[in-house]
Amino acid sequence: MKIAITGMGIISAIGNTVAENFAALKSGKAGISNLENISNSVHKGVLKVGEIKLSDSALAAMLKLPETHNFSRTSLLGAYAAKKAVENANISDINAYATGLVSATSVGGMDKTEQYFYQYFEDPSVRKFITSHDAGDVSHKIADALGLKGMVTTISTACSSAANAIMMGARLIASGQLDRVIVGGTDALSKFTINGFNTLMILSDTYNTPFDENRKGLNLGEAAAYLVLESDKVIKETNKEVLAYLSGYGNANDAYHQTASSANGEGAFLAMKKALQMANISSFTIDYINVHGTATPNNDLSEGHALQRVFGTAVPHFSSTKPYTGHTLAAAAAIEAVYSILALQHNLVFPNLNFKNKMEELYIQPTTVLLEKELNTVLSNSFGFGGNCSALIFSKP
Amino acid sequence: MDNLKLELKTKIIETLNLEDLSVEEIADNDPLFGDGLGLDSIDALELIVLMDKDYGIKLTDPKEGKSIFQSIQTMATYIEQNRTK
Amino acid sequence: MKNCFINGLSAISTQDTFESDFVNSLKTVNPNENILRATEPNYKAFIPPAAIRRMAKGIKMGVATSAKALEEAGLTQVEAIITGTGMGCSQDSEKFLKNILDNHEQFLTPTSFIQSTHNTVAAQIALRLACKGYNFTYVNGAVSFESALLDACMQITAADIASVLVGGIDEYAAHTFSLYELVGFIKDKKNVPFSVLNPTTKGTVFSEGATFFALENTKNASTYAEVVDIQLRNKLTSAELPTFIASFLEKNNLETSAIDVLIVGNNGDVEFDGFYKEAMHGFKDSIHLYYKHLSGEYNTASAFGLWVAANILRQQEIPEILRINAIEKKGYRNIVLYNQYRGLDHSLVLLKSVN
Repeated sequence: MKIAITGMGIISAIGNTVAENFAALKSGKAGISNLENISNSVHKGVLKVGEIKLSDSALAAMLKLPETHNFSRTSLLGAYAAKKAVENANISDINAYATGLVSATSVGGMDKTEQYFYQYFEDPSVRKFITSHDAGDVSHKIADALGLKGMVTTISTACSSAANAIMMGARLIASGQLDRVIVGGTDALSKFTINGFNTLMILSDTYNTPFDENRKGLNLGEAAAYLVLESDKVIKETNKEVLAYLSGYGNANDAYHQTASSANGEGAFLAMKKALQMANISSFTIDYINVHGTATPNNDLSEGHALQRVFGTAVPHFSSTKPYTGHTLAAAAAIEAVYSILALQHNLVFPNLNFKNKMEELYIQPTTVLLEKELNTVLSNSFGFGGNCSALIFSKP
Repeated sequence: MDNLKLELKTKIIETLNLEDLSVEEIADNDPLFGDGLGLDSIDALELIVLMDKDYGIKLTDPKEGKSIFQSIQTMATYIEQNRTK
Repeated sequence: MKNCFINGLSAISTQDTFESDFVNSLKTVNPNENILRATEPNYKAFIPPAAIRRMAKGIKMGVATSAKALEEAGLTQVEAIITGTGMGCSQDSEKFLKNILDNHEQFLTPTSFIQSTHNTVAAQIALRLACKGYNFTYVNGAVSFESALLDACMQITAADIASVLVGGIDEYAAHTFSLYELVGFIKDKKNVPFSVLNPTTKGTVFSEGATFFALENTKNASTYAEVVDIQLRNKLTSAELPTFIASFLEKNNLETSAIDVLIVGNNGDVEFDGFYKEAMHGFKDSIHLYYKHLSGEYNTASAFGLWVAANILRQQEIPEILRINAIEKKGYRNIVLYNQYRGLDHSLVLLKSVN
């Protein structure tokens, strides 16, 4: 099974377009800065995050929304990136084929809920945001922004969400249910997630350093990215250029702990194995891995062991792009899918920024320079709370 | 010290929702984690907040908790020596 | 190509559905309540005390019903766990958010945050079963459960997996429900008594519940029904509904007359129940049933509807309390379920008897 990818759109801390993201990745320009947009947070001006420096009203203006709109920030980011993906795929009539949207989010409209939680009871003018809270509302808003009428659903499996949305989209096409699916994820920064990760004591007080011996934790980020998946029938009929193929995927559960990953990375190992099996390739075929690499002590150790188990002594070049963007939760696998495709298109391995010292427990270390090499097959990992582990394999057309 | 230990037992039962347990059933030297009370890493994070909120003790590295949270006895001793409120 | 069979099920709802049998469990609810709460069993038989101490109601309901559905199917393990929830773990989300706001981001503890993620129920079930297989959670309003069901059936029919636990869970949460009252999604108490079939006001009676199904690719003595097809649509006008239904039947090579029973999701909202009237209009010769007068409305209440349908097909018996019309049939082979919420998230599910 190979599913064609014909469009992509992205907005992240390192750019509002695919081109801007690519330029930043190439030049090693990170997007981590002090928190600014959440004005009434104690973490403002102190905490390092991958923030998109655009206000909600600036984003709404970019989407040409009326003043009366009730889009949460998550919806604004999602609608923007999804529209760009559809444009990129040269789709003029979104409903010309049986089309669906499978979107991912973890916080949904939490940014508005936390802003108006008590105010809702006194101030009728803000009540329009009450219905923007749930995850499904985000997807409905995106579908409306695209003019899409069809199957719309949302996946929320914490930090692996978007990988699972991509998987479900592929499955819907492979099974013949749909001809075209817009897939991806979106998450805005919120007090809820910032404080949540803070209570777990896994936020770094400085820049995140994946796979480094002295890593201190993650930086949160916000982003949205979407891909357009299309069936062979559509590709044939429209004679469309294929950017890359999704050629394998795997999902498994670590079944170890509600938040922590197992020491030997069992879930990650199983997800990668399944993806390789589905793509019908050996581990030697993988040219580059965009790792999950959040820079928490637990994730990188667990993922590192899983990589060594899958690839043995022949672990391919790998890097985490989270030093650029922060960990963008439910959007992470979607933006990293875009980065994996960019890597394939340009035959480039993006550097794992901020790395200094190899981890003592592992014999592998990430690629720290921009490396030019022929890439035909790229693996992208994403893992989340609840033991959720996902792996995607992208290949050249 | 005895009052502090009793206070800690009550707080632990309440904070960690150990409904089936009574203060009398927790001995001062019972291990809190593993085979004793069976607490886990999430409970450890809850205890770190309890130390900060009620006794003004800030632990920045979860690893520090390991020796402090061995038992009610070790917790009480650490609190006596380091409390700021 | 394999078929997808329901071999075990379990529901916790406002009704006594967990302990009691199908026909005897369904009773009229108090028409003067605008919020109904689920009848909870003693969870200790299903969840160890060390695990239960942190669980909010939704997690407990989900873990208990999944365990019972699995047991009924005679399974001890599955290859996948797929859940749907419209609002997720609302109680823990509210608790953590309140702590953030009330304590100005100080002295926060992780437990409620950890349990607030939408996939907590699926994750807890995986932990309990040590199930390392596929694990997904869908969160899309009234099609949250149907999305999970579609995913499960696609994987079973494609022979990717042989067994799967699929469930829908939504829990009551005080703040969320009071916001729903504020925007009129929940009926105003001054308009009691409420009627689902002959409503006079907007909004609906809200509730909570968990319903789980054990699906397998083989039929056995405990099989309830076969799930044949599922179709989802984000939005429709009332005028577009007949075409949506017709193309679904056509895809499955069925005439309207082959549908013995149509189960509709009426929730007593004058603004949106017109969709169901339109649907029933298209199935003039079928038996029409409803269930939300018994379960209340919540994003995954349609899973309770599927529980009703599966029970009818296995027992070949329709409790009177479910009936809208008086049409009689000799037996029940094909059931179509139609649901939507506030004009969004339309779903059709086709169920077939295995007798």
